[in-house]
Amino acid sequence: MRAYYSYFKLKFISGLQYRSAALAGIATQFFFGFVYIMVYVAFYESGSSNVPMNISQLITYVWLNQSFFALINQFYKDQELFQLIRTGNISYELSRPKNMYFLWYFKILGQRLANVVMRFFPLLIVTVLLPEPYKFSAPSSLLSFGLFILSLFIGTLLVTAISTLYPILMLLTMNEKGVVNIVVVIADLLSGVGIPIVFFPNFLKVISSYLPFQYISDLPFRIYVGNILLQEGIHNIFIQLFWLIIMIILGLILMKKNLKRVVVQGG
Amino acid sequence: MSFIEVKQISKTFRLVKKKSGLKEAFKSFFKRDYFYVNAVNDISFSIDKGEIVGYIGPNGAGKSTTIKILSGILVPDSGDCKVDGITPWKQRKEYVKKIGVVFGQRSQLWWDIPAEDTFDLLKDIYDIPEKEYQDTKRELIEKLNLADIINIPVRQLSLGQRMRCEIAASLLHNPEILFLDEPTIGLDAVSKQLVRDFIKRLNKEKHTTIILTSHDMADITSLAKRIILIGKGQVLYDGSLRTLKNQYETNRLIHIKTKDKITIRNKGILNKIKAKDGYDILLNTKELSISEFLNRISRNVIIEDIDIENESIDQIIVKLYEDYQI
Repeated sequence: MRAYYSYFKLKFISGLQYRSAALAGIATQFFFGFVYIMVYVAFYESGSSNVPMNISQLITYVWLNQSFFALINQFYKDQELFQLIRTGNISYELSRPKNMYFLWYFKILGQRLANVVMRFFPLLIVTVLLPEPYKFSAPSSLLSFGLFILSLFIGTLLVTAISTLYPILMLLTMNEKGVVNIVVVIADLLSGVGIPIVFFPNFLKVISSYLPFQYISDLPFRIYVGNILLQEGIHNIFIQLFWLIIMIILGLILMKKNLKRVVVQGG
Repeated sequence: MSFIEVKQISKTFRLVKKKSGLKEAFKSFFKRDYFYVNAVNDISFSIDKGEIVGYIGPNGAGKSTTIKILSGILVPDSGDCKVDGITPWKQRKEYVKKIGVVFGQRSQLWWDIPAEDTFDLLKDIYDIPEKEYQDTKRELIEKLNLADIINIPVRQLSLGQRMRCEIAASLLHNPEILFLDEPTIGLDAVSKQLVRDFIKRLNKEKHTTIILTSHDMADITSLAKRIILIGKGQVLYDGSLRTLKNQYETNRLIHIKTKDKITIRNKGILNKIKAKDGYDILLNTKELSISEFLNRISRNVIIEDIDIENESIDQIIVKLYEDYQI
């Protein structure tokens, strides 16, 4: 376990060096947050009454998405790992007496956490101080806050497991675009980062419920704002756990399979 | 049974054939042509514990592929390999603890951080006990002269400095076998010498088995007594460097400084050129040995000075490649 922790730590520490990227990220997140919120506010003011989420919940939901974007987004691709595969430096990784899957998993986890640590705090501080209706609100209850933390933690592990699949696929395709990009776009749509799942038409809700993506961030954020019954929330956390295990097992199997067929690039 | 046993290993790569041009690029979108490269083809050899073996061959001969198979990175299509009773690609995790690898063209050090941080990481990856780690690290720092560079971010190191750190990184866990794939590539003369001396010492003091590939024949001559020559994926020669040298080093150039005239004609003398202060004579030592030659000319010529040139190992290798048509 120590080795994986060290990998994680090193990646986390070196990830913290990129301060200007973090600043740019914060600015982008503010921008997107305001755009989404203004659109929603306009919708709500135009008088639709039959809405699945009230405006204050929705705005908090948007800010949560923006604050934790670096942690939960689908677009994160570990360039360092792709580079490793493309240039053949993977030789060294392959000669380590540890499980490659978990080495990569914890690298990606470290990077994602480093990214989010620098971004979420300033965003939350500022958005808490905003006037109504743009304000970021407190959790609906202490219990739901506890469940939110638990569920966000599992969601983080789940999204990391999904991101780890991309470099594993690249072992065979030698290209990080193609299939990966298609998956990423679908995953982004179905994760609720753009439009919350509750606003989806029914058929899309059904499809989405059979896929892991809505369990990354939509679930914890809905728990936070109190848009889901606690009992249902707890039930969904078990589904979240189930997906986490499935994704890790899938990654382990694919890694084992692909390593047998890997071709090391160059000399 | 030997320490390392390689039996009839073969590995084929499938490559996509792509012609240049827009039309061809469009065609290959629908139909791909493949061709197959036998990177290694039926290779067998065995190596004893504590040996240093030079693994040589021209570019693309299959050297790196063999090293990658032996270090558990690639899985061969057929054949078997046992190192100390372990099959590298089957018991990979157990196996790689015993080996160290240095790929001269790649880096295992983390680019943005000092080498020592990577060392600490490797300590955890190889589960090296704290005391053993500190001792080994101290020893390596001293022998490879790393004290001043170990705390500088790797991206700021020169190639020679980085390579010394790379070698240290590969030895922190005290491996029994060390694979060196072109460890001196791109290094200056001083760094090369330092690396060579270090490798020699490592082999002597710790009996580390070393398998070395290099295109710099000086690396091979100064380190390996035994060489394995590989070309087109096959073993062409396996034996001592000395034997190979004797076999190929038949022509010697001899400079003789003399005021007298040399008139000797003999079957073994291939060429005779009058130089400023004497003669340059090319001798085939199989036909006429050097002592016999000297014996003959010294009867009627006063030799002031004599210089016998060695054929460089590089020339021998070129000849060897020519003979085997690789």
